[in-house]
Amino acid sequence: MAEPRSTAKGTAAEAVALISNAARARTNGPSAPLRERLIEVGLRGCGLLSIFTTASIILVLAIETFAFFREVTLAQFLFDTQWTPLFVDKHFGIWPLVSGTVLTTGIAILVALPFGLLAAIYLSEFAGQGVRRLLKPALEMLAGIPTIVYGYFALVFMTPILQAVIPGLAGFNSLSAGMIMGIMVIPMISSLAEDALYAVPNSVREGAYALGATRLSTIFRVVVPAAVSGIAASVILAVSRAIGETMIVAIAAGQQPRLTLDPRVPVETMTAYIVQVSMGDTPTGTLEYRSIFVVGATLFVMTFTMNFVSQRLTRRYRSAV
Amino acid sequence: MKQIGRRRGVVIERLFVALCLGAVIVPLGLVLVLLGNVLSDAAQRLDWAFLTSFPSRKAALAGVYPAFVGTLYLGFITAGLALPLGVGAAIYLEEYERRGRLANLIELNIANLAGVPSVIYGLLGLGLFVRVAGMGRSLLSGAATLALLVLPIVIMASREALRTVPLSLREGSYALGATRWQTIRQVVLPMALPGILTGSILAVSRAVGETAPLIIVGALTYVTLLPDGLGSPFTALPIQIFNWVSRPQAEFLLNAAAGIVVLLGTMLALNTTAILLRNRYQKRTY
Amino acid sequence: MVTAGTSIETERRRMTGSPCPAPGRLRESSVNSDVAATKFRVRRLAAWFGSQKVLHGLDLEISNRRVTAIIGPSGCGKSTFIRCLNRMHELVPSARVGGEVRLDQEDIYGPDVDPVLLRRRVGMVFQKPNPFPSMSIRDNVLAGLRLTHQLDRASADETNERALRSAALWDEVKDRLDEPGGGLSGGQQQRLCIARALAVEPDVLLMDEPCSALDPIATARIEDLIHSLRERYTIVIVTHNMQQAARVSDRTAFLLTGELVEYAPTDRIFTAPADKRTEDYITGKFG
Repeated sequence: MAEPRSTAKGTAAEAVALISNAARARTNGPSAPLRERLIEVGLRGCGLLSIFTTASIILVLAIETFAFFREVTLAQFLFDTQWTPLFVDKHFGIWPLVSGTVLTTGIAILVALPFGLLAAIYLSEFAGQGVRRLLKPALEMLAGIPTIVYGYFALVFMTPILQAVIPGLAGFNSLSAGMIMGIMVIPMISSLAEDALYAVPNSVREGAYALGATRLSTIFRVVVPAAVSGIAASVILAVSRAIGETMIVAIAAGQQPRLTLDPRVPVETMTAYIVQVSMGDTPTGTLEYRSIFVVGATLFVMTFTMNFVSQRLTRRYRSAV
Repeated sequence: MKQIGRRRGVVIERLFVALCLGAVIVPLGLVLVLLGNVLSDAAQRLDWAFLTSFPSRKAALAGVYPAFVGTLYLGFITAGLALPLGVGAAIYLEEYERRGRLANLIELNIANLAGVPSVIYGLLGLGLFVRVAGMGRSLLSGAATLALLVLPIVIMASREALRTVPLSLREGSYALGATRWQTIRQVVLPMALPGILTGSILAVSRAVGETAPLIIVGALTYVTLLPDGLGSPFTALPIQIFNWVSRPQAEFLLNAAAGIVVLLGTMLALNTTAILLRNRYQKRTY
Repeated sequence: MVTAGTSIETERRRMTGSPCPAPGRLRESSVNSDVAATKFRVRRLAAWFGSQKVLHGLDLEISNRRVTAIIGPSGCGKSTFIRCLNRMHELVPSARVGGEVRLDQEDIYGPDVDPVLLRRRVGMVFQKPNPFPSMSIRDNVLAGLRLTHQLDRASADETNERALRSAALWDEVKDRLDEPGGGLSGGQQQRLCIARALAVEPDVLLMDEPCSALDPIATARIEDLIHSLRERYTIVIVTHNMQQAARVSDRTAFLLTGELVEYAPTDRIFTAPADKRTEDYITGKFG
């Protein structure tokens, strides 16, 4: 045969064209009434809206960010250790805000990971069907409570309790905000990790039991390692959610950008800064106005990267199992 | 020969199961306790006067009236924007273009948008609706921003609902000579409607609970009038709660608690409606 | 040699209408097997899935260091039976067992018996090979010991090699012990699972249709393996392939809808079955 390789692809392309033509001929061919074509265009427009939204986000952030960097150098942004755009003596180092975000997120994950993982193990390995059907949605409801309510919890309940236990805990601090945030993201880890564990085939567990392994051994040395990419995906997703969280930290963590890892003092996260400036009277076009977009852009890049990695990990475990 | 009698590990295993169960129960219990506290605090302030009063500098006189009305308006307008657009996109992806590069690109975008933090949507609303489109800090800007925020949810829920309609029904309709849109409108949509409605109501419930995007788009925290049109300034329940929580005086915290109860009550009403709708229609279809 | 034996077997059966034991296969003389010690003594064994009774009072004795085959049509309870021998049946929710099973005179369903420890003496190989997905070949073999905290690091390599040699897999994988277990062919995976089971040094090896997911060549290799293992282990093999039962086993039990119909030395059951139902099954009249 003259062209072996392209024939296969050519045949496939022909087949696809044939099938889609046949399908279209059944419903709307080229001679379909104008009404049908218009409706299709309209619906396609609805679909394209999502692309438009993404493009708009990127554009809005990018335009203001570029305008910002015409006045502030990249070096200042990356290497200054203070963030004071609203003061007379202006500094534009992003690190205090980033450290506030990282600190609260870190505390949140420290809370959510053990609870979420143990809950996932319980639901997947020990709970009966009825119990699982009750408790899994119940945990998922935790994620449905508006974050302003969680912020209220953090300020009004968590902080006073912690102040009784930890001397020197400020009224605004990253510890209570982080802990409450942790409770909020537990369902992300518990539900998604549970999906990953549940997907491990039972034949693997039987193989372990048949060797005389105990249930705990089987869970920790066989089932969890088999589900590890799904579990990792759930954790990364929880981190992404915690990084983007606003109201809990705006209410309870403080509004003082500070480059620190001390959980007892007020800090400010990237998201809280954006809210703080928006509450005030900042005129358009000023540096202060643009600074919230720069911070937003940084936030967007961080969460986008994490969501991307999480998606890839999920695809890997779904195809492996 | 190896023994097959008792071993020590059984106790450890039982303890571990208890620990895992605790990991499920403790967060649930904690949140329940916190909600209970909120309820008891709210009981001190929640009454008819609270629901019908405007904000005030005196905590005892301040109420949620404009905020509640604002939330209701926002809910309706957001639904009015997000539902047609979202269901339309879902129909397009499920009925017209299931494969192909365009469909993949749209799906990719939707998946990404679902994971974008709400503050970013607020910034989008600020840059796009408030400034470029010139809509200003209005009810419409707020609703449009929230609509974009919940659009991925509406689309995903509607797609699931459309997928439950069996292919054989569509093929039957085509075989009778119906066009694609006729099939969708008269066969597919009626059957998928309960699922679509449920998903949409849940999306609106989510929008109602959002605070950050509204702050950025310019919701007011002290209003003396109700909104009188799409272009007027507005406020919403979460904004009012946030305002009260931020005040130094302790009495305002009671107001915040009462406001939270109103907000949660609204969301609960919406969610219950959604679930009841779904159950009712599920019994009807065969 | 191996494949030739299989096809001649098939030809012979087709021509004569009744199966005969394959020639040229080394097998213990059936006369002596009657005096071998008893490994399992099963009395009135009954088993349920919820309210459905699947085994109705089985009585039999499985001889030590012999190969016992369990045959019967689908759904007759063969798998359930051997799962009662290592207490895997009760892992299914709502499953129940009644009666008595004695392993070396000890009732494995006694109140003081821990099923986990029992399974370290009674190993199992499944129909579909199930190597652990996240582990290398070497880790798979040693998994049983690691999971039960019996692994001696110093002699790990030795244990690994010994188990793989016993499973006739060593030569094929000795250069790639760190590769994932799932990368082997079906037959190799099954031998890996056998190596894994043998590494724990059980007394008994239960095999639940170990070859039904494998091609004829891989099947033959595993049958050879069973031959070499018979001297050290008691083997109970469930199979729906009668020729296989004829080839590898010393005694065969025929189960029908949860009842033991006949249990006799293999060559007797296949040449002169005592029960008409056995004869009907063997000659292919049903099942």
